[in-house]
Amino acid sequence: MDLSLISILFVILAVISIFSALMLITRKNPVTSALYLILNFFTVSGIYLLLKAQFIAIIQVMVYMGAIMVLFLFVIMLLNLRDEKNLTESFSFKKLTSVLLSITFFVLIGTTFYFGFSNINPSRQGVEEKTVEIGKATFLGEKLFTEFAMPVLIAGILLLVAIIGAVVLAKKKFDPVSPDKE
Amino acid sequence: MIDIQYFLILSAVLFSIGVIGVLVRRNAIVIFMCIELMLNSVNLSLITFSSFFSNYYGQIFVFFIMTVAAAEAAVGLAIIISIYRNKESINVDEINILKW
Repeated sequence: MDLSLISILFVILAVISIFSALMLITRKNPVTSALYLILNFFTVSGIYLLLKAQFIAIIQVMVYMGAIMVLFLFVIMLLNLRDEKNLTESFSFKKLTSVLLSITFFVLIGTTFYFGFSNINPSRQGVEEKTVEIGKATFLGEKLFTEFAMPVLIAGILLLVAIIGAVVLAKKKFDPVSPDKE
Repeated sequence: MIDIQYFLILSAVLFSIGVIGVLVRRNAIVIFMCIELMLNSVNLSLITFSSFFSNYYGQIFVFFIMTVAAAEAAVGLAIIISIYRNKESINVDEINILKW
């Protein structure tokens, strides 16, 4: 049965993504955390495929896993970090409060999502084909370059500014007058 | 088909784990990764709504969120590198030069 296959896939992907998110915040070595974050992005991209958003799933793999995480791993490699102390070793009341507050936050938004959308059942008849259609790269590309042409241009300017800002920030300060002033 | 709530609950779980990570961890790079996790979980909610209501605005929005996340990662990691060059540490408890 097709429906149960989707449900099984969803459960597997959801469990792996929650597990990898938990491992991300509990490992003390940042490289391990980064690898678990890549696993999490991969499973979330699988969930995008279940939601019939093919274009976004591919973009997720290319941009997040391909570009951003490589940047993270490069920076971790450059910095030569010491391992952080174990979470249990550095236990404090502040951290306990943070965790409890986060769980409260989760209960809040979780109940809102669960009960707020429990009686919303979008009619799947006819919607299904349209959902498949709007997930495709042709449809989204057409919309991006016609209806959203201005935001795309602004996003390009944002990326340019970010590149210049990153270069300026990470460049080694060079003082030609007194190079050994520090 | 799975109900819309389960996708939203998964997104809420991932977002809360990201919040816990930001509040508990002291390594600036891990905090940054948790922020990426939170951005990603919000993307998941937007895609869910987009898919269930057949409205493409959600997917366009996710596209722009990814653009902003890439820009933010580049600038943030550059800031982390320049802090490390000055302080030899990226523990956020030791970075307090802007504290009054």
